[in-house]
Amino acid sequence: MSKSIDQVFVNAKQWLLSWLAGSPTWLIQVASILINIFMLLAVFLTLFALISVLERKILARMQNRYGPNRVGPFGLFQPIADGIKMLIKEDIVPERADKIVHFLAPVLLAAVAILTLGVIPYGRNMASFTIDGGILFFFAVGSATELAVFMAGWASNNKFSMLGAMRAIAQMFSYELPLIITVLPVVMVVGSLMPDRIVAAQAEYTFGVVPRWFVFTPWGAAAFILFFVSGLVESNRTPFDVPEGESEIVAGHMTEYSGFKYATFFMAEYLGMFAVSGLAATLFLGGWHAPARVLEIVPSYIWFFLKLSVLLFVYIWLRGTLPRTRIDQMMNIAWKFMLPMAFTCVIAAAVWHYAGRGLRGWLWSLFVIAIVYSALSIVLDIRRKFAPRVYRFAE
Amino acid sequence: MSSAAFVIIAIFTLAAALAAATLRKLMHAALSFAAALVGLAAFFFLLGAEFVGLALVFIYIGAVAVLIVFTILLTRRDVGEDRGFNWAGVIIALAVFCGLTWSILATQSISIVAPHIRALTVKRIGEALMTGYVWPLQCVGVLLTAALIGALILVMEEKR
Amino acid sequence: MTPTLQIFLIVSAALFSIGLLAALSRRHAIFILIGIELMLAAANLNFIAFWRFAPQPHQPTGVMFAIFSIAISAAEAAVGLAMVIAVYRHYHTTNVDQLNQLKG
Repeated sequence: MSKSIDQVFVNAKQWLLSWLAGSPTWLIQVASILINIFMLLAVFLTLFALISVLERKILARMQNRYGPNRVGPFGLFQPIADGIKMLIKEDIVPERADKIVHFLAPVLLAAVAILTLGVIPYGRNMASFTIDGGILFFFAVGSATELAVFMAGWASNNKFSMLGAMRAIAQMFSYELPLIITVLPVVMVVGSLMPDRIVAAQAEYTFGVVPRWFVFTPWGAAAFILFFVSGLVESNRTPFDVPEGESEIVAGHMTEYSGFKYATFFMAEYLGMFAVSGLAATLFLGGWHAPARVLEIVPSYIWFFLKLSVLLFVYIWLRGTLPRTRIDQMMNIAWKFMLPMAFTCVIAAAVWHYAGRGLRGWLWSLFVIAIVYSALSIVLDIRRKFAPRVYRFAE
Repeated sequence: MSSAAFVIIAIFTLAAALAAATLRKLMHAALSFAAALVGLAAFFFLLGAEFVGLALVFIYIGAVAVLIVFTILLTRRDVGEDRGFNWAGVIIALAVFCGLTWSILATQSISIVAPHIRALTVKRIGEALMTGYVWPLQCVGVLLTAALIGALILVMEEKR
Repeated sequence: MTPTLQIFLIVSAALFSIGLLAALSRRHAIFILIGIELMLAAANLNFIAFWRFAPQPHQPTGVMFAIFSIAISAAEAAVGLAMVIAVYRHYHTTNVDQLNQLKG
């Protein structure tokens, strides 16, 4: 029974495709691909609408307000109203802007975000497409984000846009290194770049209780935290929303965008956030696996989306809690702390593997990480401890 | 390997490359260069070398293209547009193309269709890199480090 | 009709010629770099095509060569662009025709 509920979407797709039985193979292939694309867009655009209203409501609760509550029950129709408003707004293109590049930038950004979502498995046998180098695909396609942001900033022909794009590229480049290097230990331990295999490797339970998710190993926990913070930066969220800091540079690379193009930017940002958190859940939190054997009755996709929502809640929570960081502090921590720690995770994973993947490996890798962490914090702190506080201003 | 996909990719790649070589605005040329490399990566996918295609996109779109547009911004005073155009170059390029095409078409032994191959998984590439190609891999590592340091020294502000 | 090795080689030759065109006919240093990158890309396409059409089974030599060539061309682009910036600092131009100080 639970098996059939678990596979209900896979079976529904098979049933739809069975209507085409007898037609040429390429037609069935195209239909299968189209169904996958449609489902991907339907699910994640709904999630986007839902999260955008939930974010406002949760933020409001954190600030002792109500948040949107007029449109529909509990204000849940707010995204529809927003969408209509965005659609009927005038689309202003600056006179001196580079029209083609100005138009292409949001399109490229949204396309990249949707493509990266495609490799993540949402449930048992549920991934939009499987490719041998899935993780590499995620980062290869995701690296086009920087070019898209640059295109937006340059084509707008506005100094705020250009400044925002420069900041965005600087921080994305710096944090892409820890983001990718923290994935390496997982890939090393599993021995595959395929998301499906990585999820399958986290299937069992130690002592029958603790699931074998990588986040429960010392190197996995450290890598997960580093990955999460880097993901926060990559999706330009508070506290790392320097590129679009409203109080400094209007809206960064989105300054000259209005109407539906602005909505596309907004959507791409959220889809990118889903993609990074989905990858974090896949790599470290066991993907669609249940946290305990008894709970395996619950369908796999529900577990995946639960984990995703927990991560997204943390994103919103951080946004409601932390102030914006200064860009030089952000760069400092990326190069001086996060990058060495990411390399340490790789070494600790190797230690864990060669010490037998058991309790001994667990302790040894914890030892490695603890030593590097304390050494780094001492080295980074030494100069600052007795120095007078220096204020820096823009020159 | 379908011919329709081949034709589409070939037209896209060559058009983007031609735009990269001839457009007047530097920034447009750099973006067309990125598009041409996406087409090339699609060719690699078509030929079954997925890993190389992904690596190409990763390195070129993620790093080299951004580096090029940054350089354009940093050397902005006299650019924006490139006026000089040397027509002798066109003739030489055409001559080279005709010569290459003639020699390719004249060689009968290469008009073959692709044989069926075992899929080239990332695992096989990794094994090859870690066994037979360890020395080249290490040398590339040294070369990249040297290039990194060299590029940094070149662009550092000179001390008076 | 499935594409044969010849057609791939012709596409690669066309890509190479376009790169040559950019390298020879433009005066801007960055265009010349783009042209060189295009030529290297054409060479990579050749490596992959020859690997794909070679009699099977065999080692993935062509693929290896392409991977190393991509890495090396990335290093070359970094150093080349750094040189463009360094030259621009000295001469305030990136037009290669005006960089003629060694001319007698």
